[in-house]
Amino acid sequence: MKKGNNTWTIIKKEFARFFGDKQLLFTTVIMPGLLIYIIYTLMGSGMSKMATEGADDLVIVRVENLPESVAPLWENLPATALLQQPISEEEIENLEDKDLNEVLARFPKGFDTLVAHYSAESGELAPNVEIYYNSANNASSRVYQLLEGSLSAYEDQLSNRFDINRADSEEAYFDRANQDDVLGSILSKLIPMLILMLLFSGVMAIAPSSIAGEKERGTIATLLVTPMRRNELALGKIVSLSGIALLSGISSFIGIVLSLPKMIQADTAGIEMGLNYTSADYAVLLLTILATVLIMASMVSLLSALAKDVKNAGTMIVPFMLVVMFCGLTPMFQSGTPVGLASYLIPFYNSIQVMTSVFAHEMKWLPAIVMLASNVVYTGVAVWGLTRMFNSEKIMFSK
Amino acid sequence: MNEILRVEDLTKTFKLSRKQQKIERTDRNVIVAVNQLSFTANKGEIFGLLGPNGAGKTTTLRMLSTLIHPDSGDAILDGCSVVRQPEEVRGKIGFLTSELKLEDFFTPNYLFDFFSHLHQVDEAIISERKQQMFSRFGIDKFAEVKVANLSTGMKQKLSLVISLVHNPDIIIFDEPTNGLDVLTARVVTDYLQELRSEGKTIILSTHIFSLVERLCDRVGVIIDGRMISCGTLDEVCNGLSLEDRFFEIYKEVKGGEE
Ligand SMILES: Nc1ncnc2c1ncn2[C@@H]1O[C@H](COP(=O)(O)OP(=O)(O)OP(=O)(O)O)[C@@H](O)[C@H]1O
Ligand SMILES: [Mg+2]
Repeated sequence: MKKGNNTWTIIKKEFARFFGDKQLLFTTVIMPGLLIYIIYTLMGSGMSKMATEGADDLVIVRVENLPESVAPLWENLPATALLQQPISEEEIENLEDKDLNEVLARFPKGFDTLVAHYSAESGELAPNVEIYYNSANNASSRVYQLLEGSLSAYEDQLSNRFDINRADSEEAYFDRANQDDVLGSILSKLIPMLILMLLFSGVMAIAPSSIAGEKERGTIATLLVTPMRRNELALGKIVSLSGIALLSGISSFIGIVLSLPKMIQADTAGIEMGLNYTSADYAVLLLTILATVLIMASMVSLLSALAKDVKNAGTMIVPFMLVVMFCGLTPMFQSGTPVGLASYLIPFYNSIQVMTSVFAHEMKWLPAIVMLASNVVYTGVAVWGLTRMFNSEKIMFSK
Repeated sequence: MNEILRVEDLTKTFKLSRKQQKIERTDRNVIVAVNQLSFTANKGEIFGLLGPNGAGKTTTLRMLSTLIHPDSGDAILDGCSVVRQPEEVRGKIGFLTSELKLEDFFTPNYLFDFFSHLHQVDEAIISERKQQMFSRFGIDKFAEVKVANLSTGMKQKLSLVISLVHNPDIIIFDEPTNGLDVLTARVVTDYLQELRSEGKTIILSTHIFSLVERLCDRVGVIIDGRMISCGTLDEVCNGLSLEDRFFEIYKEVKGGEE
């Protein structure tokens, strides 16, 4: 007997079923990308609005030791009030309040003389100007940029005889914004969760009806009386379901990529998100999505095969979905991704961690590889399990 | 005589759920659905399994088609064992019951090709056989209509056609006329006779006496999972009508119990 490829025959049938159903196609493939695009575009424009909101408000600039050379440059800036006074550490600390429209600048005593006598060859550090501001306050950052801009122009004229905001110690934070005020970091923790949810809804839309549904309608028995082997059926189902769910994942991915320019607007408008990713980042992200979809489709298929009917499958999948969603939330409670490789053996948790690290520009190869490899192994185990289930008359023909 | 099917001591027990125990009105938590069943069938004959509801007919045929596994015993179909070579067995048989459904979403045309591929039918043969079978059953006009939109009779005929895409030598048919109107039932029984004249072997189950009398060359009477009487129609009937003879047998079996 010639051995054609039954797995492929099954995959083709599942795809024919899927692509023949316009409504299913829309809800699983078109909609996720569209939704992400719309949400992100709205978010992006909302954020760039936020980034400019209040930027023109009056800002008080407190300056210690304002040198005569700089005074004309600084005295006539728009919407600012310049106050000459000594600056206390307490005032610097208070700047963490992002509602405070202030910028603090500290010049070394006798700045002009110091600069005039400074020579780079002496090996000494150049005089340093400290400017404290809060990037979460738009007015404060606007004025900081003006001050810093005018000073660096002056510095260039003097061929770099002084420094601005030189970090002399590790604790020197001139931007007084609280790290949690930086929208980008929250966003990078939200995106993996969002991807996970969209992938899951893709799998949920198709897997229960494809397995529990076929069982319920009696169509799987018709397949089981053909000479096809059970593992061919199991593999065909999991691969095709993953493929379809992946399409919905790719659609979300395209949605993200297309809405990125809108986000970058916000990025350049002052909200730090650091959206410049390398192609390795994108590749790992795509592979992670693929591996996640595979394991997700496998698990949902297993549960669907155990279920009596589609409704029952839905009930069985809900607790599993909650666990997956919980994994999606873990980055919120963590600072940074775990170091131990063992954590990357935990399905879903591992994908989330790798995605988070990609978005945070901290992607490392070893954890990513451990994650990919373990997910492929788990999928293999799931194919084996599904084969056993298709072989089990208790599961397939329970009364 | 050319033996093509040999069933040896086939046995199948099911565990009963609480709910089922209530339905069957029994305290036992297992039921012996098929009990050391043995019989043979010859090439080119129609063999009928006759028995009342719950006798174990469906269970037997499911074991022959490898959908479920016997607890003990074996069945050899055309040299292949259902226990050891299930895939080969499935390649040799066409199995049909009203429980086997076709996906609503697809057209007869698609399904014929799909199942032909799963049965490894040669590409060259598929379309010729499809045309022949579709016109034989009047499906050709509906070849591109989704199963969901076919009439019940047409669905049944399509199921029959689909189960035979690979032109199997052995056809296993659970309650062939179950749920069919007289016209469709007639189409099916006529076709079974046609298949026999082509040298195919047909194993069917039924509880309808007239169907056995009209179609079957040999018959096995099965009650409570056991083969009570087996042979040609004349041998089993012993000069009586099949119906009268059946009740005689039934009383002999059940009388001893009560
Ligand atoms: N999957 C199962 N689980 C538990 N009990 C079962 C199962 N399948 C069949 N049985 C029981 O085994 C016995 C034989 O059933 P079977 O379906 O083979 O009878 P049948 O001869 O086909 O009857 P019918 O004429 O009603 O179709 C019945 O008592 C039935 O309840
Ligand atoms: Mg039955």
